Amino acid sequence: MSPALAGLGTTDLVALLVSAILFSIGVLGVLLRRNAIIVFMCVELMLNAVNLTLVTFSRLHGVEGQVLVFFVMAVAAAEAAVGLAIIIAMFRHYQVVDLDRYRVLKW
Amino acid sequence: MVSAVLDLAAGQGAAGVQEQVAVGFRPVLPGLILALPLLGAVLNGVGAFLWRERKGLATLIGPGTLLAAFAIVLLNVLGMRSVAPHAPAIVHMWTWIQSGDLRVGADLQFDRLSLLMCMIVTGVGSLIHVYSVGYMREDPGYSRYFSYLNLFVFFMLILVLGASLPMMFVGWEGVGLCSYLLIGFWYDNRAFSNAGKKAFIVNRIGDAGFLVAMFLVFTTFGTLDFAPIVERAPDTLVYGGALVTGITLLLFLGCTGKSAQIPLFVWLPDAMAGPTPVSALIHAATMVTAGVYLVARAGVLFALSPVSQAVVASVGAGTALFAATIAIQQYDIKKVLAYSTISQLGYMFVAVGVGAFTAGVFHLMTHAFFKALLFLGAGAVIHSVHHAWDHASHDDGRPRHGDPNDLRNHGGLKAFMPKTWVFMWIATLAIAGVFPFAGFFSKDEILWSAGAYGYPILWGVGLATAILTAVYMTRLMVLTFHGHNRTFGQGGGAEAARYMHEAPPVMWVPLGILAVLSLAGGWVNIPEALPLPHIGWLEGWLEPVFEPAMSVAAAHGIEAAHAAPTGGGEALWALLSTVAALVAVLLTYRALAGRRVPTEAEAVAPIGFARVLHDKWYVDELYDRLIVRPSMALWRGCWRVVDAGIIDGTVNGAGHVARLFGWVGGQLQSGRVTTYLFVFMLGAVLVLGVLA
Amino acid sequence: MADFLFYLFAAGSILGGLLMVTRRNPVSAVVLLIAVFFFTSGMFLLLDAQYLAAINIILYAGAIMVLFLFVIMLLNLGHANWRDLRAPFGGLLAGAVVVAFLGLLAHRLIGDVAPPTAERTGGRLAAMAAQQGPVGMLAHPLFGDYVVVLEATGLLLLVAIVGTILLARRDPA
Repeated sequence: MSPALAGLGTTDLVALLVSAILFSIGVLGVLLRRNAIIVFMCVELMLNAVNLTLVTFSRLHGVEGQVLVFFVMAVAAAEAAVGLAIIIAMFRHYQVVDLDRYRVLKW
Repeated sequence: MVSAVLDLAAGQGAAGVQEQVAVGFRPVLPGLILALPLLGAVLNGVGAFLWRERKGLATLIGPGTLLAAFAIVLLNVLGMRSVAPHAPAIVHMWTWIQSGDLRVGADLQFDRLSLLMCMIVTGVGSLIHVYSVGYMREDPGYSRYFSYLNLFVFFMLILVLGASLPMMFVGWEGVGLCSYLLIGFWYDNRAFSNAGKKAFIVNRIGDAGFLVAMFLVFTTFGTLDFAPIVERAPDTLVYGGALVTGITLLLFLGCTGKSAQIPLFVWLPDAMAGPTPVSALIHAATMVTAGVYLVARAGVLFALSPVSQAVVASVGAGTALFAATIAIQQYDIKKVLAYSTISQLGYMFVAVGVGAFTAGVFHLMTHAFFKALLFLGAGAVIHSVHHAWDHASHDDGRPRHGDPNDLRNHGGLKAFMPKTWVFMWIATLAIAGVFPFAGFFSKDEILWSAGAYGYPILWGVGLATAILTAVYMTRLMVLTFHGHNRTFGQGGGAEAARYMHEAPPVMWVPLGILAVLSLAGGWVNIPEALPLPHIGWLEGWLEPVFEPAMSVAAAHGIEAAHAAPTGGGEALWALLSTVAALVAVLLTYRALAGRRVPTEAEAVAPIGFARVLHDKWYVDELYDRLIVRPSMALWRGCWRVVDAGIIDGTVNGAGHVARLFGWVGGQLQSGRVTTYLFVFMLGAVLVLGVLA
Repeated sequence: MADFLFYLFAAGSILGGLLMVTRRNPVSAVVLLIAVFFFTSGMFLLLDAQYLAAINIILYAGAIMVLFLFVIMLLNLGHANWRDLRAPFGGLLAGAVVVAFLGLLAHRLIGDVAPPTAERTGGRLAAMAAQQGPVGMLAHPLFGDYVVVLEATGLLLLVAIVGTILLARRDPA
């Protein structure tokens, strides 16, 4: 058993599991949906799940976890803004928000 | 290079001549015998390309090389007569195959049998070459024709002079090739070239037997040369054992192919599609006799297997009768002669089958004479009719062409072609076995041997066939030469008189020579039993060759009897058979001479049993159903399923797999974010599962 | 009581997440995501991250999601009803991979962890929280050890603002 997981209570375990599940749900959403905005929201869900994990562990190991969560939130905000700006720009070009149509990352 | 050729020709090759006995026979210019026809083939072939219009070269070289080769063979025969060797002289030219234990040399064997065969091949061959100068005069493929014909003689000589089975096989295959080339000579006719293919393919089946027999011989004897095999066979092989029976039956399979016996005879009637001199040379006098020659050459092996001997003789007799029945209902003059050839070859196999090898070779020789004469004569008739029609249509513009081969378009030709008429009657009497023509002596000896060696049924079959032979040949003669002329419609006498004429001298002189031979050719072997001066020249000449086989037979108690199965000596039965043949000829003549025969245009299809005979007992149709169609279905299946499906599928499939890999790789650069995230997740799963 | 709430919030967030990824209408999805954020904030609260719980709601639910709504309305996607789920083959493959991922994670967590203690240990955090208060507990490291990162984040936000404006504006035509 790894030292990182020592001293976990039942609720902590549940929290970690929930976080894993939420993360997976987010991944499913990103992989299965074509609407770019929804995909973005699933990314936010994934980030939130990660936050939950960090908070859970910070209970045991110190406040650094929460500091990290703080920064994650800040960056998430920035990323959401920029990403939505990009979507707006693409929408102006393609008239749809279908992710399958945005193939400009090819070579 | 030239000196090497001359050296080779003079037999002074690298290993020189190996003399087997103290009294040696040195072959005279052995290599030249082969080299001349080969040279002729090459020069004529070149001429066919370069000087297509000029025929002089081929006229000179074609027959010229043959006549020169005949002269050299004659010299050798005279030399052999004076020396009288017991064992063959082997001329070793070079070592052809040297592989492990197998050593096959390009060796020639000069003994009495092979020289006799050379005489027949070059002699009759020369006559046919000379005849061809006249017959093929107007054909655009003149030079090509002589090239093929010379090439054929070259291979035939290899066949008869070969000192080992593989050498003989080289000749065997070579003559098969030339037969194909010459049958399909007019290759733009689809039916003719199909006939050539049929000949080659059917022969191939027989060749398979020959090959397997060679393998067996090699494993048994360790060598494939004739001389050691003949010497060691009685000690190495068990009399009547499975091995020798297997070898001989397989060899005989090859013979049924090459010599057109049951079951592989079907190519010979179709082979009549080639020019008539070809039919005379290849399918009457020489190539088809190769099977008989093989059995004679390997006589000691056959003598060691009574089962095989019985098979050979029975197949021969059966084929003889079978073919004769078909011949009496054929209307194409060449087809009648073709089935006649098959029938006479059957006789030869009866002879070598029962162990009367000399009788078989005797009939081979006389048959060469009269059958070649018959074919060449038929050719003259066809030539004449064809010309007559050509000229006639020039005059009044109406095309006249029916089938110049059809007997129903002939009739009354004795008035226009008297020499041909006389010569062909000589040949007819010879083939019918009427005394004193050549066929009488040879056929009679065969029939007598069949009875004397204890095969009464075959003797009876032979007798019946002889009568049928007389019938169909007389029918042919009557329909062609007697009665009214039908070439220009019924009673077209006046027109025929204007356009039909005798063959030119270059054609009828060879006919005449062959007629003399058909008359006197049998006089080289007159048995003692007949009240005539006994001449045993042929018997004596060939005795050393067949001595091993005869001694094997004698050792196992097989002796020729002196009385017929039903009593009476040889003389009585000879008399009976010739009288029967003569009576058959006369009766047939009486029956047919006065009758009105419909022309080809007016003819109706025969009915009933005559129909069966006319349609050749439906053998071709049977083969087609039983063998050809299932084989083609198999081949088609192999093509579609195995080749196109499996093999092409696999090869193409490899390409598809490569493209698949490419597609998968391409997905990595699809530009779709989703795909990238999918790969992330895949990697995450990998990390978690494997590494963590 | 706390445990019951915790489990309630857990279930709620999962349910909300599931619903969210399956909505066709983006506005419904946004609202459900807000609900998820509320539940996770609740879980933060019960995990001694009170400040973060509040920030989660203010920032995520309050700002980011509103931004999403703005964009949806701007692009007039509010009525979007098109079927945008992926084709079966790709979907099954993705689903399989995700399930594998989840399974492996769960196996790691459950398999490797010692049987959890029945009571919730407070940990060091509880002590600190009692001492400095929930905000101070975070502020001290933030402005102390990690101040450079903090300032950098500020810079990042500035860059993000500029970039967003640049990206989203119409070309001056």
